[in-house]
Amino acid sequence: MAIDTDTARRVAHLARIRVEEADLPRIAQELSGIIGFMEQLNAVNVDGVEPMVSVTPMQLKRRADGVTDGGYPDKVLANAPDAREGFFAVPKVVE
Amino acid sequence: MSLNALSIAEARDRLRRREITAVDLTMACMAAMDAAGELNAFVHPTPEIALAQARAADARLAAGEAPDLCGIPLGIKDLFCTQGVPTQAASNILRGFRPEYESTVTRRLFADGAVMLGKLNMDEFAMGSSNETSCYGNAVNPWRRNDDTAPLTPGGSSGGSAAAVAADLCLGATGTDTGGSIRQPAAFTGIVGIKPTYGRVSRWGIVAFASSLDQAGPMTRTVRDAAIMLRAMAGHDPMDSTSADLPVPDYEAALTGDIRGSRIGIPREYRMDGMPAEIEALWTRGAEMLRDAGAEIVDISLPHTSYALPAYYVIAPAEASSNLARYDGVRYGHRAKLGPGEGIVAMYERTRAEGFGREVQRRVMIGTYVLSAGFYDAYYNRARKVRTLIRRDFEDAFAAGIDAILTPATPSAAFGLGEKADADPVEMYLNDVFTVTVNLAGLPGIAVPAGLDRQGLPLGLQLIGRPWGEADLLNHAHVLERAAEFVAKPARWW
Repeated sequence: MAIDTDTARRVAHLARIRVEEADLPRIAQELSGIIGFMEQLNAVNVDGVEPMVSVTPMQLKRRADGVTDGGYPDKVLANAPDAREGFFAVPKVVE
Repeated sequence: MSLNALSIAEARDRLRRREITAVDLTMACMAAMDAAGELNAFVHPTPEIALAQARAADARLAAGEAPDLCGIPLGIKDLFCTQGVPTQAASNILRGFRPEYESTVTRRLFADGAVMLGKLNMDEFAMGSSNETSCYGNAVNPWRRNDDTAPLTPGGSSGGSAAAVAADLCLGATGTDTGGSIRQPAAFTGIVGIKPTYGRVSRWGIVAFASSLDQAGPMTRTVRDAAIMLRAMAGHDPMDSTSADLPVPDYEAALTGDIRGSRIGIPREYRMDGMPAEIEALWTRGAEMLRDAGAEIVDISLPHTSYALPAYYVIAPAEASSNLARYDGVRYGHRAKLGPGEGIVAMYERTRAEGFGREVQRRVMIGTYVLSAGFYDAYYNRARKVRTLIRRDFEDAFAAGIDAILTPATPSAAFGLGEKADADPVEMYLNDVFTVTVNLAGLPGIAVPAGLDRQGLPLGLQLIGRPWGEADLLNHAHVLERAAEFVAKPARWW
C-alpha cells in the first residue's frame, strides 16, 4: 500500500518527529518503497502459526518485589538538559 | 611484529611470562591509534583510563593471578554505556551523554583486567550496514582495492570495531549484531566476528535498538581470540531478564580441531540469483575444507529464507520505534531550543528531528506505522508469524542431525563509501540477506575470513550453530580458519 503525504504527516506526528511540509513527499515515497518490500510477506501462508514472542523458550525469572537500587537523584539527573530542585524540568504542560 | 599486532592469545601468554608489560602493549596500541586518524575508527579515545587499567593489570600479572584478558587492550563500540565516558550510539541526540553506570559486558571485561582504549565508531543506533549513518562521519576500511585508492566501507553497524581490529589499533573489540552488524563488518575487513545465541550475553547497559534481536559479541583477528573474549563477555545477568542462566563453557578448550563425523548443512535457498561467482566459489571451497576435515556435507532447505529480510524490516523498526521513544529531550541528551509559545509536543518533535539522522528517522517512522492501529495485524503480527516459520526451518534442520550450517557471510566484498548514497534504502538492507535469518531465529553465527576476491578484498564465510552451541560452532570456525589459511593484511596507507 502506497503511503501518501497525509499518512506520512500523521506517522511523523505519531513518532514525534517534526517534518517540514516540503519533505513529506520524499518521506512518503521512501516509506512506500519499504512498505512495498514488506508486502512480500503476504505470500506466506501463516494460517495457524503463532507469532513468535519469545526468542528462546524460557521462563522469565521471578524475584522478590523489593527495592534493589536507587537513592541517588543527583546521578539520575546528571545528564538532564534541564533539572531543577531535584526534578526534570520541561516546558509548561498544563495551562 | 609490533605489539599491537599480536593476537589476544599470544599477548596473554607473553604478558603472563612477563616478556611484555600491559603498559607497553597499551602504548603500542595508542601509537597505532594516533597514526590512524584517517580510519576514523576511535571516536572517543580514553588514554588516561587505558593507562590506569594497564598499570593495574601489570600489578595483577605480577601477582600471578591474571585472567585471560588481563592487560589486553580493547576497543568498545559506542553503543556500550561506559561510566563517565561519552556514550552516544553515534547519534547527535546523545551528544554529551556520560552514563552514570557501566554496561554488564564492559564491567565483566574490566573485572578481568581488560584495558579500554576508547569508544568506536558505528552506524547511528546501529542502524546501517556501512557506517555511513554515524554522527561522527564514516569509519573507513583499512583495505583498498588493488587498483585504486577509493575509500571503502568497513561495513556496519560495527564499522569502527572492524576497522580498528583489522588495522591492528586494538587486539579485539566489542560489537553488537541485530541483523548482521558484527558478521558483515567482520567479513568486509578480514576478521572474525561472532554473534552469540540470543541471551548468551547480557544486553544490560547496551543502548537498545531491537530488543528481541540485539546481541553483543567479540570481533577479533582469530577464532581463538573470539573464544577467549566471548567467555569473558558471556554469562547470566540478573539485570537482563532475557539473559540465560546457563554455564559458560571454556570456549578456547573446545577448539580441538576435530570435526570428524559432523554434519554440515548447505542451504539451497542461500544460492541467490546474481550472486557473484567469486562468492559462490568461496562457498564451495569452504564446504570442501570442512569435508576434508572429516565432516559430512549435506544439502538442506530453509524454505522461508527469502522472507527473512522483509520480516526483519518490520520487526526491527517496530522495536526501535518503541525503544527510541525514550529520546525526548527530558532525561538526557539533546533538547531543542523552543520558540515563543511552543509547548512540550513541539519540544519532543523538534528535539527528535534535530537529534536523529535520516535513516533513524525513517526506521522510527516505519516502526510507528507498522504498529499503528489498523496495520498491527497486517504487518507486525504477520512478520512475527513468519519469524516463527523461519525459526522452525532451522529447528527442522538441526532435528535432522545437522550440526552447523555454512553460508556466505555477505553478498559482496566491501563497497565504496558513498557508492549507495543515491540508492533505495532497500538496496542497502540487502547486505544483511545472509545474516538476518540468524538474528530472527536467535541462533549463534560466526563470520570467518576465507579468501580474497580478484580486487584483493577479503571475503568471509558464515557458520551458523545450534542454540547455546557456541563451543562447537567456534571449533568448526577454527577448522575453517586453519584450512583457509587467511593471513593477508591490508597494506598500510593511513
